[in-house]
Amino acid sequence: MKKPIKVLIAKPGLDGHDRGAKVVANALRDAGMEVIYTGLHQTPEMIVEAALQEDVDVVSLSILSGAHMTLFPRVKQLMDQSGLGDVYLIGGGIIPEKDAKQLKTMGVKEIFGPGTDTTAIAEFIRGLFA
Amino acid sequence: MDEDRMKQLKKRKRAYLKDLERCSTLNLDFTTVSSEPVEVLYAPDDVEDLDYMEELGMPGDYPFTRGVHPNMYRGKLWTMRMFSGMGSPRDTNERYHFLLKSGQTGLSVAFDLPTLYGRDSDDRFAEGEVGKCGVAVDSMKDMEILFGGIDLSAITTSMTINGPAAIVLAMYLANGVNSGVALRDLAGTTQNDILKEYIAQKSFIFPPEPSMRLITDVMAFCSENVPKWNTISISGYHIREAGSTAVQELAFTLADGFAYVEAGIEAGQDVDDFAPRLSFFFNSHLDFFEEICKFRAARRIWARRMRETYGAKNQRSWLLRFHTQTAGCSLTAQQPENNIVRTAFQALAGVLGGTQSLHTNSMDETLALPSEKAVRIALRTQQIIAHETGVVNTIDPLAGSYFIEARTREMEKAAERYFEEIDKRGGVIRAIEDGFFHREIGRAAYEYQKAVEARRKIVVGVNAFEQGSEEMDIPILEIDTQVEIDQVAALRRLREERDNGAVAEKLRALEAAAAGNENLMPHLLDCSQAYATLGEITGVLKGVFGEYREPAYF
Repeated sequence: MKKPIKVLIAKPGLDGHDRGAKVVANALRDAGMEVIYTGLHQTPEMIVEAALQEDVDVVSLSILSGAHMTLFPRVKQLMDQSGLGDVYLIGGGIIPEKDAKQLKTMGVKEIFGPGTDTTAIAEFIRGLFA
Repeated sequence: MDEDRMKQLKKRKRAYLKDLERCSTLNLDFTTVSSEPVEVLYAPDDVEDLDYMEELGMPGDYPFTRGVHPNMYRGKLWTMRMFSGMGSPRDTNERYHFLLKSGQTGLSVAFDLPTLYGRDSDDRFAEGEVGKCGVAVDSMKDMEILFGGIDLSAITTSMTINGPAAIVLAMYLANGVNSGVALRDLAGTTQNDILKEYIAQKSFIFPPEPSMRLITDVMAFCSENVPKWNTISISGYHIREAGSTAVQELAFTLADGFAYVEAGIEAGQDVDDFAPRLSFFFNSHLDFFEEICKFRAARRIWARRMRETYGAKNQRSWLLRFHTQTAGCSLTAQQPENNIVRTAFQALAGVLGGTQSLHTNSMDETLALPSEKAVRIALRTQQIIAHETGVVNTIDPLAGSYFIEARTREMEKAAERYFEEIDKRGGVIRAIEDGFFHREIGRAAYEYQKAVEARRKIVVGVNAFEQGSEEMDIPILEIDTQVEIDQVAALRRLREERDNGAVAEKLRALEAAAAGNENLMPHLLDCSQAYATLGEITGVLKGVFGEYREPAYF
């Protein structure tokens, strides 16, 4: 049997809006993935450390505070430095289209905005490993 | 209705329902947005034993189901209070002057995340967050700028702050006094509702027990010195936004309210000294009638509990006065202009439910902080409801509707079942610690999401009536990164210019007081006057109280 895809769902920074992160975590688990949720108030360093320890395939950040242009690049940079360059970084939250485009040029694989169907997220992740 | 007529009615209703089985029915989900079943028809038999004087009464009469004031909106419209704050204290001060000029009648401060967590703008966790979700306030210096040119005796100010509420309130009060307004003339509200932070919003700092002490300190200090201050705005808004149902919002919020009352009484205060200054804050979601029933049930439950259980004698202690905000979580990023319509219906439900003040969300809030134009439309929505629709002419116009009265009762009963459950778990704090609220809310949120994805629930523009490629033509408000650089520079300047000896002395006095059991508010005012920063004050209290960590699960 194939090993399930392992996803780390992380809440960086002070943002406490965790409804979306938890819904997505539940949905990905129901879609057969192995999901680890960091809980709230994580620094980029803590998130990358968790990704290393847990040997995940995907890191997904949930940010609704507006600090995405600081936090995504920081996590990406730390991932690259820690030898996690081949782990996919994705995310979601209140992220304007313009910023999402820019984040994608910086190595973020995909940004899922409000209203995204969770099955679309699961399909996207599966597609990365197809 | 006499007995015979009621018998006839019930018979006819049974036959009617039987006939309905032969009618074709659309393949839609006829439950509320909270997935509560709703009957196809309500009739007098659904509220057969309704005792008007007992359950409804006149507006302004116990149990206040119909409203807290005898004259309601004929006497005073609700306060149109738009929550705002962004960028630097100076930027926000400009927005306040704009809002007051546009006819807004009270201010409502949104703080940025570092402030909500009691952290300074140069804290490690503040990077990238300064001024993003609200305004940054590091010390009383920022209060001076934030309220510059505004007469604090002429307005009321609501501050959405919880973990460090006592500290931020002290800064506001100290600044007010310095501007020449006596404490007794300062009016406003601090959210100061820490229990819902553990339950839903998550901007907690200290563990529950010392947090409750800070709250009872604020209650005691204000009832003696700042009598016009609403010390706690007991909030269901965030519980609902986190995904709860309407009944969960109602029950958990009121349970929090009971916990504060019990804490006050346990701290030796007279319930009638502090209870009149407790107020509430509810969400107004999409399900129009469910929301109206929720507001009506809330008033009745609170009044009964305050009088019967806590023995409050002052009628003002029985009143559940509340602020309403339309449901941010109901807004969609798809076809954002539709949000204007959603918000209007939600605002109308708040008004028909008898709210004392109202915030209407802007159409662009799923995309970013609202732009000025979007805020103006949202405020105009309230003004149209108030001045054009005629709904303010008569009080609680839906009362007596078989449906409304039956649902109001059912929601009250469902809330009572939750109170029993919470009691069984040993009270709100114990229920927080055993994860009860998180599980309940998390399950409701996930069930709702699944209902939307299975298209059992329709969200216009999201899972139905989509428009292919949508070009966004709404301007997005952006917060300049310069805000953070400037705020950090100002903070560092403050630390150099103030009397650091005085700061250290006041902080030491605070630390000693925190370790004992005297009221901390006078010390917090002293620290504020010395320009101690929010992060410094919070740091001292963390040293004494410790920090709360939430277990991570989903």
